[in-house]
Amino acid sequence: MSPNTLEAENLHLWRGERHVLRGVGFCLPAGQCLKLTGANGAGKTSLLRTLAGLMYPEEGRVRFRGADVREDLRGFQGSLAYLGHEPPLKADLTARENLRYWIGTRRRVSDALLGASLARVGAEDLSERLVRTLSAGQRRRVALAGLSLCAVPLWLLDEPATNLDTEGQGLVGSLIAEQLARGGLAVAAVHHELPGLAAQHHLELAA
Amino acid sequence: MNFVWFHRLGSPPYVYALAQRLTPWLAWPAALLILAGLWGGLVLAPPDYQQGDGFRIIYVHAPSAWMSLMVYTSMAVSAAVGLIWRIKVAHAVAAACAPIGASFTLAALVTGSLWGQPMWGTYWQWDPRLTSELVLLFLYLGYMGLRAGIEDTQRADRASAVLAVVGVVNVPVIHYSVTWWNSLHQAPSVMRLAKPSMAPAMLVPLLMMLAGFTLFFGAVLLVRLRAEILARERANPWLKEALAR
Amino acid sequence: MTTLPDAGAAHAADVSPVTSFGAASLALRRDLTLAFRKPAQLIQPLAFFALVTMLFPLAISPELSQLRQVAPGALWAAALLASLLALEFLFRDDSQDGTLEQYALSGQSLTALIFAKTLAHWLLTGLPLALMAPLAAIALGAPNSSLAGIIAAVVLGSVTLSLIGSIGAALTLNIKRSSVLLSLLTLPLSLPVLIFGARATQVAIGGGSLVAPLELLAALAVLGVTLAPLAAGAAVRISLE
Repeated sequence: MSPNTLEAENLHLWRGERHVLRGVGFCLPAGQCLKLTGANGAGKTSLLRTLAGLMYPEEGRVRFRGADVREDLRGFQGSLAYLGHEPPLKADLTARENLRYWIGTRRRVSDALLGASLARVGAEDLSERLVRTLSAGQRRRVALAGLSLCAVPLWLLDEPATNLDTEGQGLVGSLIAEQLARGGLAVAAVHHELPGLAAQHHLELAA
Repeated sequence: MNFVWFHRLGSPPYVYALAQRLTPWLAWPAALLILAGLWGGLVLAPPDYQQGDGFRIIYVHAPSAWMSLMVYTSMAVSAAVGLIWRIKVAHAVAAACAPIGASFTLAALVTGSLWGQPMWGTYWQWDPRLTSELVLLFLYLGYMGLRAGIEDTQRADRASAVLAVVGVVNVPVIHYSVTWWNSLHQAPSVMRLAKPSMAPAMLVPLLMMLAGFTLFFGAVLLVRLRAEILARERANPWLKEALAR
Repeated sequence: MTTLPDAGAAHAADVSPVTSFGAASLALRRDLTLAFRKPAQLIQPLAFFALVTMLFPLAISPELSQLRQVAPGALWAAALLASLLALEFLFRDDSQDGTLEQYALSGQSLTALIFAKTLAHWLLTGLPLALMAPLAAIALGAPNSSLAGIIAAVVLGSVTLSLIGSIGAALTLNIKRSSVLLSLLTLPLSLPVLIFGARATQVAIGGGSLVAPLELLAALAVLGVTLAPLAAGAAVRISLE
């Protein structure tokens, strides 16, 4: 199996008349993190969604483990975890149920593992609470628990520390560090500096 | 070599220029054929032994109905091409087709209704063909409504392409079910828009009208296509150069 | 502090892959669970169905013998409109909270997941509608002998209506004030179901053999099952672009 690498080559993306991504390219080897920065509307979310295969670039390619992701898009998407602006949680399910139904469509996970992941993010006492009763920060923590449960080599994160306090931001940093230590990759779009995030690469997008 | 031609068809500047050059080649023959067909059908052809002079509206009704279906199919095919191979010009073609097809459908309905009046005594009967045309009109309106409802052009293109393909698959199903429904409630044949048996003097003008309408569609499509390309490529530099020339 | 499994290491006891079928049945269970936490929403389409059925005697005549003539059409018009009303909820919530996007990114067949969602939606709206149809039929003058046939016809027809509706619902995701557009798109495509369904109901009321009409409805349902989730999946991906 080829080592985990993510490459973007000359990505051009138009949204309507706006030329959002103008020849974006990078090469991210295993165990490293790419930090994306830029003003609002610079294209951070668009780039993440293009890397995830949700958006289709007019030009350019994305390569994972050396192979063009378009060749086996479903397989590629099974190897990545994408976290957007909003945590993907159903308000009428408990935190634990949410994780079971969300991660359960990708991997069969045991209850013990669910509990462990919630504990890791400091949300074990939230596990039986309905998500609609949780604050934005608490939902974010539950989403981060799901992220680690995915057990995938590539993480694509859009502002992962939104709504989190300082301790929470440190949590994000350490989760990413653990992912990198396992030989995984992470691309994180951040607005502010993330304490504890050691990003080896930095890409600044201009609006 | 063929591939190059296909690729160039995907390029908006090329298509824009090509459309401009081709339009007169379609428009003039269309005008001639339609005039000749109208002359032949309205003046020269003998009156039908059963329907008298009333049948003459077939010279507008039948080509309109035929075109309404043909345009929908063309729209669906170009939408599918745009969807599968991601060719933006194909989506522009589909967008340009829709109002033309809807107009043909409306014309077919109006002429069908006018044809029916002297025969049935009313302006409307649930004749299977008229009913199918009416459903087709709603399919067109749905397509245009979906396009209008989505602001992002690219998403509008792709969503309406899915709708057009689903619609074109459904058209035979709808047509079959409407015909079957109508046959259950056997109306006397005088209630149907029956084509009178065609002598050559009647048939030739009809074929000329059909050919004329097809070329007319082609010409109008090219004009609308250029307008679509203009709207879509507003920001692109090649357009400013082309217009300056 | 407990540690989590490595991305690459094997530990089948805790984490193992899931097939598309497994994912789809999980999606089905999730939607059913969610629906039963808000049962009030399930009643609405049924109430609407009853209301529309009531319009006909009030508008036409209280005479059952007269209503019997229009019963097939009235029943199916009401069923069609009620199922249209329920369609909006098929994808809307999932699209807004981001779970639909996660389905598209799960690495599983989106077609299978959407089929599971549509099936859940039918179990929650179409099937109850079919079970309520005999009541509406009686209210419109249908004889008791026709009720079994009517249930069968509405079961088959409502399956197809849910499937066709899923395409329209996916196409109009996140469009403002889309309910009229959704109806405009879905109704023409649903006309064959209306025609065959009303015919089946008429045959049931008249006491004839239902084999042929039900076979036609079943054929439409099969066509729907094979094509609709695919089209709806394509439409969902387009809405995520």
